[in-house]
Amino acid sequence: MDIRLSPEQPTPEEQDAVNSLLGPEISSSAEKLGRHRLLPALWAVQSRVGWVSEGALNYVCHRLDVAPADAYGVASFYRLLSLTPRPLTLAHICEDLACRMKGSEDLCQEVEKHLGPSAPAHQPGMAPWQKSACLGQCDRAPAILVTRSGRISQDLILGEADLAQLLATLSGRSLSPPPAAAKSIPQLGEKGLRLLRRVGRIDPTNLVDYRAQGGYRALARALQIGSEGVIREVRDSGLLGRGGAAFPTARKWEAVAKAPRRPHYLVCNADESEPGTFKDRVLLEEDPFNLIEAMSIAAFATGCERGYVYLRGEYPLAKQRLENAMDQARAAGLLGERILSAECSFELEIRKGAGAYICGEETALFNSIEGFRGEPRSKPPFPVTAGLFGMPTVINNVETFANIPDIVLDGGADFASRGTKDSTGTRLFCLSGSVLQPGLYEVPLGTTLGALLERAGGVPENRSLRGILLGGAAGSFVGPGDSGLPLSFEATRAAGATLGSGAVMVFDDSVDLKDVLLRIAAFFREESCGQCVPCRVGTIRQEEALQRILSRGAAPASREELLALSEIAQAMRDASICGLGQTAGAAVQSGLTRFVLPAGGEE
Amino acid sequence: MSSRKPVQNVEITIDGQLRQVPQESTLVQACQDAGIDVPTLCFLQGMTPANACRICVVELEGSRVLVPACSRQVERGMIVHTESERVRLARRLVMEFLASSVDLSLSETAQEYARRYGAHPERFEAGVGPPPATVAQSVKVDNDLYVRDLSRCILCYRCVDACGEEAQNTFAISVAGRGFDARIATQFDHPLPDSACVFCGNCIGVCPTGALMFKSEHDLRKQGRWDESSQALTETICPYCGVGCALTLHVQDNRIVKVTSPPDNSVTRGHLCIKGRFGFEFVQESEEKS
Ligand SMILES: Cc1cc2nc3c(=O)[nH]c(=O)nc-3n(C[C@H](O)[C@H](O)[C@H](O)COP(=O)(O)O)c2cc1C
Ligand code: SF4
Ligand code: SF4
Ligand code: SF4
Ligand code: FES
Ligand code: FES
Repeated sequence: MDIRLSPEQPTPEEQDAVNSLLGPEISSSAEKLGRHRLLPALWAVQSRVGWVSEGALNYVCHRLDVAPADAYGVASFYRLLSLTPRPLTLAHICEDLACRMKGSEDLCQEVEKHLGPSAPAHQPGMAPWQKSACLGQCDRAPAILVTRSGRISQDLILGEADLAQLLATLSGRSLSPPPAAAKSIPQLGEKGLRLLRRVGRIDPTNLVDYRAQGGYRALARALQIGSEGVIREVRDSGLLGRGGAAFPTARKWEAVAKAPRRPHYLVCNADESEPGTFKDRVLLEEDPFNLIEAMSIAAFATGCERGYVYLRGEYPLAKQRLENAMDQARAAGLLGERILSAECSFELEIRKGAGAYICGEETALFNSIEGFRGEPRSKPPFPVTAGLFGMPTVINNVETFANIPDIVLDGGADFASRGTKDSTGTRLFCLSGSVLQPGLYEVPLGTTLGALLERAGGVPENRSLRGILLGGAAGSFVGPGDSGLPLSFEATRAAGATLGSGAVMVFDDSVDLKDVLLRIAAFFREESCGQCVPCRVGTIRQEEALQRILSRGAAPASREELLALSEIAQAMRDASICGLGQTAGAAVQSGLTRFVLPAGGEE
Repeated sequence: MSSRKPVQNVEITIDGQLRQVPQESTLVQACQDAGIDVPTLCFLQGMTPANACRICVVELEGSRVLVPACSRQVERGMIVHTESERVRLARRLVMEFLASSVDLSLSETAQEYARRYGAHPERFEAGVGPPPATVAQSVKVDNDLYVRDLSRCILCYRCVDACGEEAQNTFAISVAGRGFDARIATQFDHPLPDSACVFCGNCIGVCPTGALMFKSEHDLRKQGRWDESSQALTETICPYCGVGCALTLHVQDNRIVKVTSPPDNSVTRGHLCIKGRFGFEFVQESEEKS
């Protein structure tokens, strides 16, 4: 391609940032570096100098042979990349559901008094802070992500944050240590845990420790029983995907294993951005070797020689731990060529997301890795036929993968002995909001909602349970009367709800549910990729209509207004390209009909 | 390319009619063959479907959601309903979404669909509070050849694809931003003369809403003098080089006011270069000066 650049040049600093990723420029002719390096290259600039200037963008385009308008379209897609100057240190304060319940709005007001107004998401300026969607730290609400650009870029998370802590961090006076796992996992050390059994008991930074506690025995067994053997065990386990869509994992694996076109790709979806969800983060932070082992098994079973972990950009500790684990595995011969056997070779790479919920949708994720805007593709074709780089691809969620080593070692039947007939195994649930002990819980599928809430200590004293949002913003509300609901795929489906990502957000009678619904509507408006009309315009019309109805206080909504809202929801569900638009009206509709309208005294 | 296989047919049911259709066809083609008109806005024959507007959705039995007829390939045994309640509701809402946020006054097709599905975009208007968000903005006039009036843009992606890999391979424009803020933009939103644009006008040729327009047309419209009914169309071959592109000259009051090329022309497929598209400007200008 004959690309035409504007005259703006990169600064030496920007050039150096790009070169340290891509290597020095060898000749001026376009090198075959590949467009898929676009997002990493933009990140390299962003994390060095805090924004992507036109000169820097030009240099990246020149190195990767991408047209600048095209790269501009990509860069402007992501909230964590800025195309105007920004401060090197920037606070992202969560304004999402769990954090709102723990006072994040008050916190924002205090911060505003000290630091001035926040920068609006789509028009970032030099303000040192901005509001953010859920940061995946809901058990430690309110949460703040502090990003620091520079030669050594260093992002960190503040949990149960307050103004003093934030100011100390911004001024560089304090570097709070990562939180102890115990805090997020109230069940720590309990018998019968599967996915969480190593957490807190192994050193997540040490491969030797992981192996001493049985790590890599599953991969050895996988090599013994062969690809077909592994897939048979996964089929017998009945494992359904934990990323939200509950698709049988073995079906995907089988299809890719048999696909004649090569290469095959393996992708781990670690973009976890569903509000209220933090399970994958805990697994990545506390048991990273298990994910690497699981992916190696999957790669072996499905004939993939290359894999990616697409990791949400707001998870600095998970990134650090996973990188470290990959380095150790590579050094020990457990990643790369000939892993434990001549037949098993697997190379793994982390791709850092850049602030876009939609990139958790599998085909948007592929586009993001390939260096395009994170817009979902039309399906079919499905990823098993034409996924990453157009090739047969297995994509699974972190928690889905995390189950694999046990399934291979103990057999599919053992796995299927837990849970219900159609929802086998255990499941991680992320409890947040009005419960005594928020955190991550592992229970067999089919456990009732009431029993799960009890484990978390129930709602605080003097409060009564008002509603539960199951499955995050893309899920829907259930009420206090649903405590007998078994948390299985089939039972929630029958009840018109969903387990989704495993988020369980609890609201008591002190919470303003109108505010909750408005926040959910705003979330979808902000996160729509904008590709299709029903979602691009539907999400904003939904928010506007809701604002109108709810801002009027006691005056009931008119029949026309309610009809318009429900038709907007139906059109989004029926006609949108992807799951974002298809679910963007679900929580609002269920919340309105359950809580707001009855109280508003409608007819 | 392998040798041509004989066309295989599959049997599908459209609105109760049993049809034999070539395996390679899309639902839109199958519907056309059956004499059923499925509305389309972003789709353009000869280009890869963008799947963006969703006006073409139809109901497919067994599918949880509606499917886009413009891109969905037929499969044996499909049972499709093209005007069911669900379909009509989705299409009505798509038109209400578009008409309430975009200026569709130059798109007769869009207006026809809005009527056909009974769209009432005004119902989103607030009695109180801020009006519904729109993409309204001022017209970008930054060169003498064509203008961009993005208040009319429905984000069909046609211009981006025409400028990029589907025709021109220049990649001067892209969709930037996201969600409701998504828009057609050059790099860093620069004016066209400072961008990579080579003024082939192929984006204008594919734009369905008049968002991209010859400056000559824009100026005449502004003066209230644009009059399509009085225009004569003259077919000719571009004189500038040996390729032999087919041109259609649109002439009003003895002046060429715009140049197009037939989309089904085997040489151009509707696409031209700056000389064929805008060469008339220079000719007329120098004639007027002399
Ligand atoms: C808007 C949207 C966001 C999603 N985000 C995630 C995510 O963060 N993590 C994830 O594993 N799956 C996510 N999914 C689901 C994926 O598309 C896909 O189904 C999943 O990664 C498959 O893995 P599994 O079969 O192991 O569940 C999302 C889907 C949609 C529509
Ligand atoms: S539904 Fe929304 S997020 Fe999905 S493709 Fe359409 S606009 Fe993008
Ligand atoms: S005139 Fe040609 S080069 Fe310029 S934006 Fe349009 S299609 Fe691209
Ligand atoms: S400018 Fe025209 S062709 Fe381009 S996206 Fe908008 S409506 Fe489509
Ligand atoms: S971290 Fe704030 S809501 Fe999840
Ligand atoms: S015509 Fe099919 S999506 Fe636009």
